[in-house]
Formats: sequence, C-alpha cells, structure tokens
Amino acid sequence: MDLENQRRVKEIAEKNGAENVIVVLGGAEAEAAGLAAETVTAGDPTYAGPLAGVQLGLAVYHIFELKDHVDAGVYDEQISMMEMVLDVDAITAEVSGMRKAHSKYGQ
Amino acid sequence: MLKGKKVVILGDRDGVPGPAIEECVKSAGGDVVFSVTECFV
Repeated sequence: MDLENQRRVKEIAEKNGAENVIVVLGGAEAEAAGLAAETVTAGDPTYAGPLAGVQLGLAVYHIFELKDHVDAGVYDEQISMMEMVLDVDAITAEVSGMRKAHSKYGQ
Repeated sequence: MLKGKKVVILGDRDGVPGPAIEECVKSAGGDVVFSVTECFV
C-alpha cells in the first residue's frame, strides 16, 4: 500500500478513533486487496511505511462485501460491471480472512 | 453499518475506482473522509 496513503489512514484513525473508521477497498486482485486489508489491521507486512508495526485493527471491507448495505440502484450503476469481470469469491475470501484474523472492530 | 462512520476509500484503477465506491458509501450514510484510487502497475 502506498506510503502516503498509509500515513493518511494512520492520521485519520488517530484523529477519529479507530473504532469509528471503516476502510473500503476496491482492489482488482485478491492478493493486493488482502495486503491492503492486512496493512490497515495488523500493520504493513513489508515494514516499509508508517503502519509498520502499527496494529490499527480497523474494520475493512471490499466494496463487493457491502452490496447489501448500500443503495441497490447506486451499486448496480457503479459496481456491478466490475463485479462481473473480477474474481469476487477470491477477493472477498482474502479480505474477510484478514478482517477476521486481525480486525478489532469489524466482524 | 456505514451510517455515521468515517470512511476511508482505497479504490483501484484496475478494479473499482474511488469515486464509484464513494457514491455507494454516501448512499449508505457513510462520511467519506479520504478517497483515493491506487494504481498497482
């Protein structure tokens, strides 16, 4: 995950309280989405950025997992096309696995 | 679930871009505090 984005996420969690923050991902590949989920929960696995060793434990979801929580018309318009071309099962399995293992605030 | 939460969006240029996720989050009452579209290439 981009180092500048790590810095921003850390800053937002500190300012608002980690329990009030939700991270929503749009990653195209399971591995990259999983790495981003790991970074905002357990810390930067590459130990390169501001979240190295920082376990924010944020609630993190891929947008595909939030289908039932957003407006159906908006989802259909904005997301459904990518839902058809990407490997939804692999992406959601990876992100939810990271969340269940490391998140303090997401289920 | 998103209502009243501070939402950070990490979109992907080759997947779902930030602005598309933003529209969804706003429709669910989430407060978007940061939105970016990353490029992994």
